[in-house]
Amino acid sequence: MSYVAIADRDHEQEHHDPQSFISKYIWSQDHKVIAIQYGITAVFVGLIALGLSAMMRLQLGFPDQFSFINPENYYQFVTMHGMIMVIYLLTALFLGGFGNYLIPLMCGSRDMVFPFLNMLSYWVYLLSVIILLISFFVPGGSTGAGWTLYPPQAIMQGTPGIEWGILLMLASLGVFIVAFTMGGLNYVTTVLQARCKGMTLMRMPLSVWGIFIATILGLLAFPALLVSAIMMIFDKTLMTSFFMPAISSMGTDPGYTGGSPILFQHLFWFFGHPEVYIVALPAFGIVSDLLSTHARKNIFGYRMMVWAIIAIGGLSFVVWAHHMYVSGMNPYFGFFFATTTLIIAVPTALKVYNWVLTLWEGNIHLRVPMLFSIGFVFTFIHGGLTGLFLGNVTIDLPLSDTYFVVAHFHMVMGVSPVLVVFGAIYHWWPKISGRMYNETLGKWHFWMTFLGTYSIYLPMHYLGFQGVPRRYFSMGNTEFMPASAQDLNAWITMSALFVAATQLLFFANIIWSLTRGPKSDPNPWDATTLEWQTPDHPPKHGNWGHDLPVCHRWAYDYSVPGYEDDFIPQNVPADKAPAGRDHGGED
Amino acid sequence: MEIGLITLAIILASLLGWLLKQSFNTQPWVADEVSATAHHGPLGDESNTRLIALMTLLAVVTSFFALILSAYALRMELGDWVPMTEPQMLWTNTAMLILASVAFQWTRNAAVKGRASRLKPGLIATGLLTTAFVVGQFLAWQELRANGQFMTVNPSNAFFYFLTGAHAVHILGGMYVWARATTRVLLGKAEGSAIRRSIELCTIYWHFLLVVWLILFGLLLST
Repeated sequence: MSYVAIADRDHEQEHHDPQSFISKYIWSQDHKVIAIQYGITAVFVGLIALGLSAMMRLQLGFPDQFSFINPENYYQFVTMHGMIMVIYLLTALFLGGFGNYLIPLMCGSRDMVFPFLNMLSYWVYLLSVIILLISFFVPGGSTGAGWTLYPPQAIMQGTPGIEWGILLMLASLGVFIVAFTMGGLNYVTTVLQARCKGMTLMRMPLSVWGIFIATILGLLAFPALLVSAIMMIFDKTLMTSFFMPAISSMGTDPGYTGGSPILFQHLFWFFGHPEVYIVALPAFGIVSDLLSTHARKNIFGYRMMVWAIIAIGGLSFVVWAHHMYVSGMNPYFGFFFATTTLIIAVPTALKVYNWVLTLWEGNIHLRVPMLFSIGFVFTFIHGGLTGLFLGNVTIDLPLSDTYFVVAHFHMVMGVSPVLVVFGAIYHWWPKISGRMYNETLGKWHFWMTFLGTYSIYLPMHYLGFQGVPRRYFSMGNTEFMPASAQDLNAWITMSALFVAATQLLFFANIIWSLTRGPKSDPNPWDATTLEWQTPDHPPKHGNWGHDLPVCHRWAYDYSVPGYEDDFIPQNVPADKAPAGRDHGGED
Repeated sequence: MEIGLITLAIILASLLGWLLKQSFNTQPWVADEVSATAHHGPLGDESNTRLIALMTLLAVVTSFFALILSAYALRMELGDWVPMTEPQMLWTNTAMLILASVAFQWTRNAAVKGRASRLKPGLIATGLLTTAFVVGQFLAWQELRANGQFMTVNPSNAFFYFLTGAHAVHILGGMYVWARATTRVLLGKAEGSAIRRSIELCTIYWHFLLVVWLILFGLLLST
């Protein structure tokens, strides 16, 4: 095992340059290759989850028209869709994918500090994905317990997948957490220890800040999921009663004694709420850098942005029970958690103001990454505002089990981060591949995705207000739901299928770029951050050739007055820029 | 969940204090010359890298055990909880683990002072004492099982097996690193500074797991 911090080595010849195809692309210890491996795997399972959501929407839009969708597999689709999207796609893609690619390049290091552990992290992640996918094919199929896997129903007769599906899901989560911990140790240590000379913490690009704090959240929060997964495996296989209450099932006594399902909910959401920010904080960071670069303006309030990320990270640990208002908690607890939930809106809103103020009087270039970033600001404000509704106990109680909640979290945690994922891929694609993508195709992809998702989720809020319940396979005949609710559901389904299909544009663009795309400049966006200043394009193993870069300034020297270019890269020394410059920023 | 929250608050507060020190009164937008002797990282040289990784890992393990204890405290309040009588053997096991920690500290001190001849006996003694602890824990399980105290009898039993098992797994993980270091010393392949570093880090891990065990043991005895 390589324990030596190769980031500190100054000479490439000391570096273990991979020779064969296998060591270069399969068992690679290069953070960039590992990032791409993470990315491809995550997108692959994400596509499966997208397919599952299409199946769910078919049933909801056109009930009972499709013989291959019955109540059992509907719940399996729901469960697997949720779990895959949150954990195996977004968490893995933001931290394993972008974290791996960006941290060493943006910090000016040669690689992660423990490259072997980094490689192991990916392969263990792949194992967790394989275990998860196997659960589709075991007797009884995958679990249909809902992505929150609440006991007692998760392991009781009547829920799909109680034979093997739930066990494979819990095992897969355990393996995923091991993989994440290996990666997370690398990300934290690399950020703390392997930054190039001059790269002080307060000069790091916000992308790195977001990924760094999200990793710390993950490292501290995932153990809660691990603990609950292990305890539930015991309840299922050894008949312990950690979570399982004294309960009769189908007229028989399975033998459980007085456990607490609420205990599971506490543990699950103790992980589950920070998980929202594990996904959101990297998105916040990346979008800050994208807005600043493509608006040719320094990010507004850099230090405030950093401290907002840290504050959100800390606060995310004390809001978990707002997911449990309907579990019958003490009203004082509800009051406490409603208060903390509303407090976390303060640093979040600060970030939104700063993004908008960054755009103000900027030299905005509406390229594809910028479109996705601005789209994110829209969807995030939208999803954030409905979060304020649901953070209040009295409003949450009637809305909690309706489509309002589905609309809220898909806007804030589904659409918003995915827009950033696309923006980030378009932004860094020239660096990753060395080629440009098709701008027109990219713009079509953005507009169809952006408008399409609004077409899905805006009407869903309305359905929620009408009281249309979520989680139901079939709505049946009820008085409070007008017939038009069904028409709206059909519309939502058609929109969802449309948005799913438009993602083909993205893949077409990737293929076009790889086969016919023109070679890109090393720094096509005139960006300041270090990854655009590599000697090779795309960067080779070891990133920096002979000498490590030296960082002389922050990442946001755009449109500096008195300077010929409208950007100064981070590795340009102070005396190379005009003397006595004053470019505003904060004081 | 208070135990989990307080533990996390302490971890986050220490991180926060450090971040404050790094960022206080800085003006990120001011460019400057970087001295040629500046460190790569703010925390010093390469040898600190593994220490930071270990500390991060210990924070993760702390979170893991704190959350089990949170669950323990919550579950204990429910009606069906019957306190379990712990096997007397745990006292002997605890003594073994304390001695293992002492032995590792002794080995570490020898390594730091460059007394290479003490490494072999020190490492072997540590290994034997730690193995005695793990075997002792297993025998305690056997004793419980012989008395019909299975995992399903009561939630307090289930937690006992879970806590001791989870702790033993962490000890075994440490034993893997210990075995690598010991093999290198026995084969005479150990480079002075590398093996010293390895032993120093292992010692921290051993002390940490001893503290975790003392907390667990105290809790099990008192409830």
